[in-house]
Amino acid sequence: MSTQDPAIVSLRGVGKTFENGTVAVNELNLDVRAGEFISLLGPSGCGKSTALRIIAGLNGASAGTVEWPNGTADTGFVFQEPTLMPWANVAANVRLPFTLSREDSAKSNAAVARALERVGLAEFADNYPRELSGGMKMRASIARALVTEPQLLLMDEPFAALDEITRFKLNNDLLTVWQELRRTVIFVTHSVFESVFLSQRIVVMTPRPGRVFREIVVDAPYPRDERFRTSAEYAGFCRQAADALGKAMAGGA
Amino acid sequence: MTDRIQRIGLPVFVLLAGILVWELIVRIFAIPPFVLPAPGLVLATLLKDGGLLWNSLLVTLLTTFEGFLLAMVGGIGLAVLFNQSRLVEYAFYPYAVVLQVTPVVAVAPLLLIYLPQPLAVLVCAWIVAFFPVLANTTLGLNSTDHNLIALFELYKATRWQLLWNLKLPSALPQILAGLRIAGGLSLIGAVVAEIAAGSAGAGSGLAYRIAESGYRLNIPRMFAALLLLSLAGVAIFFALSAISHLALRRWHESALKRER
Repeated sequence: MSTQDPAIVSLRGVGKTFENGTVAVNELNLDVRAGEFISLLGPSGCGKSTALRIIAGLNGASAGTVEWPNGTADTGFVFQEPTLMPWANVAANVRLPFTLSREDSAKSNAAVARALERVGLAEFADNYPRELSGGMKMRASIARALVTEPQLLLMDEPFAALDEITRFKLNNDLLTVWQELRRTVIFVTHSVFESVFLSQRIVVMTPRPGRVFREIVVDAPYPRDERFRTSAEYAGFCRQAADALGKAMAGGA
Repeated sequence: MTDRIQRIGLPVFVLLAGILVWELIVRIFAIPPFVLPAPGLVLATLLKDGGLLWNSLLVTLLTTFEGFLLAMVGGIGLAVLFNQSRLVEYAFYPYAVVLQVTPVVAVAPLLLIYLPQPLAVLVCAWIVAFFPVLANTTLGLNSTDHNLIALFELYKATRWQLLWNLKLPSALPQILAGLRIAGGLSLIGAVVAEIAAGSAGAGSGLAYRIAESGYRLNIPRMFAALLLLSLAGVAIFFALSAISHLALRRWHESALKRER
């Protein structure tokens, strides 16, 4: 991945002011390149989720523009909560994007099976969400976002509510899937360690109103595994990111 | 297991004890049947007048069932309409409330002036039963998970898909709760209207039989008819509870047994 790769989406001076007057993001500039794994790192309430929702088109920007050089990319979204339909089993939940686009079942059956296989839920296709653990629900939610193999995958603190063991496991599995599919991922998190482990580039944001404070390139090679997680190189990047985050918060406060 | 025995056994025990005490009191104090008939006499009357009361029960139940169906269609339909259009909701919701808070006993005589009797009775059953369906369905439709709505928008769902694939299924527990209330209320509405109507004939419902027996001081028959009405109400409640349980048992907390 180099800086010469074309941008899939660019934010130019994006701002968002909510009806109650809160300025969530202000003057946000960001280029996301195709195939990149990028993290938005910042404290809770710094507007990083808002930025993600603006990219997804779920919120409109009050200022600035969102540019798609090659046309709007099809997008998958993973929320902080699993956001599954409790009345539908796992397979039906994962199939949702196809149900809504009225895709024929032969094609979607194969895609659903493949997505469930990827996240390790193949045996749980007929289970209902409430029968799954928190980590498995999140896997189902990721499978739903992946089922159409979208060009752009937006993830809004998807593992924040999980225990550390489960989160590490899901981090590993997410990287495996990303390396297989080579799609663009924008990952929102408030965890320094998670952002360093996962991404090629970390965008550190200031507290409200959210702006880009600094970009950190994590040029450690993939695949990254448990060895990377305990390496001095990883610790160095973490220190660098934590340092930037600390300064961003001090400057914004 | 012991819990199950207690849950069924205790109410049955209370029932039998109550009947026994009732029977004893009537015998010991030699109370005449036109003041308080003994349970045995009520049962005998139920068997003796069985044909008459059964036909009346069917009339009342048919009205109840029709009123319930109309309440279901009207309540859910109106709630969906309100959910689709704020303006329609603003325009009509207050009148739905007015319809609800006006006592049906007071409306029934008026309706009887304008409508043929069977229709007036049906309208009464509908008026009382439809509001809980409307209110509960509205609550359910408005409680849809916002993130799921966002997800549907992301995948460019149509209005119809949003309603049919998301809002209605997510409102199902509330809709079923509304229907359970409406079942009992439509029976009450039918009975109230029949009593207000008070006309005789072959097509008279059970409530009319109660009023008529009262005028004739046929107290045992009053009790027998009342017993039938209660049983009908209980049966309606259990039938709707069973339907609700079957529909929700795989996914909704209310229908799941808590593990300990």
